[in-house]
Amino acid sequence: MSEALLAVDRLSVVFKDTGLFQGNKTTVAVDDVSFELPSEPTLVTIVGESGSGKSTLARTILGLQRSASGTVRYRNRDLSGFRGADWHAFRREVQPVFQDPYATYNPFYRIDRVLKVLVRKFALASNDSDAEALIEDALRAVDLRPQDVLGRYPHQLSGGERQRVMLARVYMMKPKLIVADEPISMIDAALRALFLNILLDFRDQGISSIFITHNLATAYYLGGRIMVMCRGRMIEYGDMDQVVLHPSHPYTQLLIDSVPSHNPHHRWQEERSEYAVDASEFVFSEHACVFEARCPHAMDVCHLQRPPFVTADTKASQQSACFLYHEEYRPDQA
Amino acid sequence: MTDARPLLTIEDMRIHYDSVRGAYKVVDGVDIEVHRNEIFGLAGESGCGKSTLVEGILRLIEPPGHIRSGTALFRPFPEDPERSLDLVQLDYHEMREIRWKHLSYIPQGSMNSLNPVMRIRDQMTDVVMHHEPGGQNEINRNIAAALEMVGLPESLGTLYPHELSGGMKQRVCIAMSMLLQPALVVADEPTTALDVNVQRAVLETIAHLRDQMGAAVVFVSHDLAVHAELVDRMAIMYAGVVMELGTVYEIFDNPQHPYTKRLIHSIPALGGPRERLESIPGMAPSPLAWPEGCRFHPRCPDAVPACSSTTPRTIELDTGRKVTCHLFDPDIDLEQGSA
Repeated sequence: MSEALLAVDRLSVVFKDTGLFQGNKTTVAVDDVSFELPSEPTLVTIVGESGSGKSTLARTILGLQRSASGTVRYRNRDLSGFRGADWHAFRREVQPVFQDPYATYNPFYRIDRVLKVLVRKFALASNDSDAEALIEDALRAVDLRPQDVLGRYPHQLSGGERQRVMLARVYMMKPKLIVADEPISMIDAALRALFLNILLDFRDQGISSIFITHNLATAYYLGGRIMVMCRGRMIEYGDMDQVVLHPSHPYTQLLIDSVPSHNPHHRWQEERSEYAVDASEFVFSEHACVFEARCPHAMDVCHLQRPPFVTADTKASQQSACFLYHEEYRPDQA
Repeated sequence: MTDARPLLTIEDMRIHYDSVRGAYKVVDGVDIEVHRNEIFGLAGESGCGKSTLVEGILRLIEPPGHIRSGTALFRPFPEDPERSLDLVQLDYHEMREIRWKHLSYIPQGSMNSLNPVMRIRDQMTDVVMHHEPGGQNEINRNIAAALEMVGLPESLGTLYPHELSGGMKQRVCIAMSMLLQPALVVADEPTTALDVNVQRAVLETIAHLRDQMGAAVVFVSHDLAVHAELVDRMAIMYAGVVMELGTVYEIFDNPQHPYTKRLIHSIPALGGPRERLESIPGMAPSPLAWPEGCRFHPRCPDAVPACSSTTPRTIELDTGRKVTCHLFDPDIDLEQGSA
């Protein structure tokens, strides 16, 4: 029995807003989320609309955000118990890639420094020529030519190149896990495929990734597993193909139904404007489903209780937080 | 077709930005026709000049940018389809009379273009009063009808912009663009900052503009999937020029230009078999110094010697189907490049 690489258990993150005019307001950004990454290399994609809590979840997993309750365990050790040396080891094995390739670099330093500091700090090479070889190898692994990048300043590189330097940095560390928060939303379409392919190659080399995106087509391309978030709640989790091709939760169905098709012969058929809804319109409640106000299948119980996470298909490859799949409330039982 | 004259004919449009290092040739020789009652898509990666092109025809280019050359003949008068206005030549006051009434604009991030200290209805009233002054009751009826068309209740008119969500603000902007029933609406990345559910609603609303009001729409987006969902004809831009132009079916079913092919194959689709995507190697060139010959040749896997020496001509393959590539030019020597 292999232990999980990462185990998130009943994690909640709460922001307290002490507004000048509005008094105290609390926002539950991540609400009772549990999932596990197995020890074998896996890609998990987290999708959701803006405000669904997916970035906050990522930051908490990286140890950049304090949780209100619940635990994040990395290789069976709770992050909240980490001391200095533990963090050092954790930072070596778990690497972030952030959204904005323009904000992650110090404009005063050359690109080389981002990579050299790493070599020094984590003692990746014993001498200068080894370090250089390591850096050049990493740049080639992400399809960059070392002579194009080294010696230049961040502003001289394009967004796609900067994001790939971040991946080269990740590659040098040979981490166990990459947490990438919307890493391709600011680079050109023609280069996105390259970035995604690098993540797939990394997986084949034994590196797991948590990939956050709002783009379902991108998620589908990566395969692996998918988590759908809505207003801080994980509402569906499972095998990518199963969830995308046979979504179980009404909210996931709505999302997938809204993705443009790439094929002018298969356009959206019927109008669906009455469903059109901002995630910001959903109401947080401890005693109801987040989607109940807009759900076409809403039952009485949906307004009174939170749906628990249940298996939604016969192969147990998909779980859904919806009463439609709950034994007691399933409509065909009534 | 009863009326063969296009609604808008753009010819040899060049929009440059001057700098101490030279001219940035952001739009550099574009020819496009937009017909009545069609949705025309402009696609391309960031920096290809698609937004600058529409800002040019809307006369929104500010110094150091300027329209270097070109004409944009606009024929918005159904009773007199021969009568045309050259949008490039109109002065400030003439342009002001045309905006909203004949030509309206849904800008990029238009939810931030509403006035935060005016109620929605008052902002919409301003638009009507300038062009067609009338009684408040009649104006309110028009506003209610416009809001209803985009799926919003009339009561929303009394709210301020901060009380609306992003998608609702975007739909208010669309309602505003339709108030005076213009012949042409230009929508520049209207769904970029929106979530997919809201995006679908906004795209359906834009389709309504055409289906119910008979307007033509120029739709700018970097997202090819959105074009596949919405537009009738489209142009693929790269480095300030149009690389390929055709109906949406022609472009997606049978792309001809090497750039169009690569662009379509670099984008993941939902469902279906999972083939490894190919990215386009190299970097987009700088508008300060476009590559010699074909601007795509340094990144093009099909490049022949002619591509680096001679600028390709635009070849018409079928009626209205155009591609700017030497490979389709029967008169060129692919090895030597002499036209």
